[in-house]
Amino acid sequence: MGHVSEHLLAGYVAGGVLPGDQEWAVEGHLEKCGQCRARLAGAAGPSVTDLVGGVWAGLEPHLAAPPQPRPRRTVAWLRGWATPVMVPWLLMVIAVGALAVLLDQIYDGSRPSFVLLLSPVLPVFGVAASWTRGLDPSYELTAATPRAGLELVLRRTTAVLTPVLAVLLAAGWLTGAWIGFGLLPSLAFATGTLALGTFVGIAWAASILIGLWLGALVVPTVSFGGSVLLAPATWPGWLAAVAVFAGFIVFRRDTFTRLAAQH
Amino acid sequence: MRAVDAAEVAPATYGWEIQAQGLKVRVGRNRMAVDGIDLALGPGVHGLLGPNGAGKTTLIRTLATVLRPTNGSLALLGESAGGRLDQRGLRRRIGYLPQTFGYYKRFTVREFVEYLAWLKEMPKPEVPGAVQRAIERVGLADRADDKLKTLSGGMIRRAGIAQAIVNDPAILLLDEPTAGLDPAQRLRFRELLQEIGRDACVVVSTHLVEDVAAACSDVILFSAGKLVFQGTPDDLAAAGGASDVGDSPIERGYSALLGHEQGKDSW
Repeated sequence: MGHVSEHLLAGYVAGGVLPGDQEWAVEGHLEKCGQCRARLAGAAGPSVTDLVGGVWAGLEPHLAAPPQPRPRRTVAWLRGWATPVMVPWLLMVIAVGALAVLLDQIYDGSRPSFVLLLSPVLPVFGVAASWTRGLDPSYELTAATPRAGLELVLRRTTAVLTPVLAVLLAAGWLTGAWIGFGLLPSLAFATGTLALGTFVGIAWAASILIGLWLGALVVPTVSFGGSVLLAPATWPGWLAAVAVFAGFIVFRRDTFTRLAAQH
Repeated sequence: MRAVDAAEVAPATYGWEIQAQGLKVRVGRNRMAVDGIDLALGPGVHGLLGPNGAGKTTLIRTLATVLRPTNGSLALLGESAGGRLDQRGLRRRIGYLPQTFGYYKRFTVREFVEYLAWLKEMPKPEVPGAVQRAIERVGLADRADDKLKTLSGGMIRRAGIAQAIVNDPAILLLDEPTAGLDPAQRLRFRELLQEIGRDACVVVSTHLVEDVAAACSDVILFSAGKLVFQGTPDDLAAAGGASDVGDSPIERGYSALLGHEQGKDSW
């Protein structure tokens, strides 16, 4: 097999000198013949080698990096459940939980459990943080998407209740008391906020329920040393409340796909 | 390249992407922000023009199905909108950029658009490619992995446009998208609009008359909740005479149709 003649190679390097068919033939040969490619590399003038060298020097440091940053799968998955707005609330739940446990240790047995007293109100703030127009900057963008509605409500409520449950269980384990009952008022207040929120907006619903919590649970506990509503025997009532509120949420789920009336 | 499935090339079974009849939308207790309008919009770029408080945002929100019509009928892509029915299928084909659009500051541009793609229920394997394409179309590819809080106002706006177009919507609704864009970006943005408007129905609300003249195939002039005029930008320019207020023919047409007079009710 013959090789590219010096004359043809010089013409190819100069560019635009050879007729098209000869240029193709040269390229066709160069693709297969390492020897002629080496000759071509040597034949290139300083202007070409400088250019190629310059481009290569600029390119080489970037070639080792992957083309796109690796997606952070866990973070993306978490964002499907909780919005970044909920992070301060999460820290608050942990802090309040720890404080309640501490207070329970100090006033051991002399009064009703602080953990139990605080448990209903903890998720209310979380629900408010994930659904209030003024707190969640992406409120309008989110409300217009197909995933808005019952699915997102369930995901975010789960994200609210999971840390509350964890705090209650940890508190129960630390104080040695049975805290399982505390989950029911928590659940009732969380679903209650959402259910009432479909009528008056989540922010108002949260305020009303915090008022109820103060009036029906905190004030009686402080003045009479206990509230009948926090007696474990009331669990059927709390369960019924959860069921009713959940029914309301399912029935009025389309309000979560629209802008709240107050704007 | 994205594969095209049969559903995408199937002929449309509706006459208009957006069709409204006697549409009324109440905001608050008793203010009709949209007060009985009839619209039929097909593919193209439709400019929604009107003074502040004319009801543009309310109309766009209603088209985005986040507000429910008080009265009248609204059909989007042939489906009746505004009822209590499940609108997930319809919403997957709508892109929406609200006027004051919020974002989580710690998200990068890519994470933000990916998050919205997830909220729009896009198939998982399609998301990375679609996100990259949307970011490239708005010219943010070099900032794709920067956090949103480090971006300028115009770039944030472009990130917002990227999330609106990430699902290749058949109806694209943009509320004041050119606010915060510099002149060069506005030019590029108009090109992008025309490109999308070739096969999608784009509704752009604006109070900048020159945007409409340059980018829109169709102008809807809107005042106090009512439709004042619908036609091409040339028709709008033709409506104004030399005696009307304004610096360009379109501006003169705008003030003639809205009944503005020299020195009077200038706000």
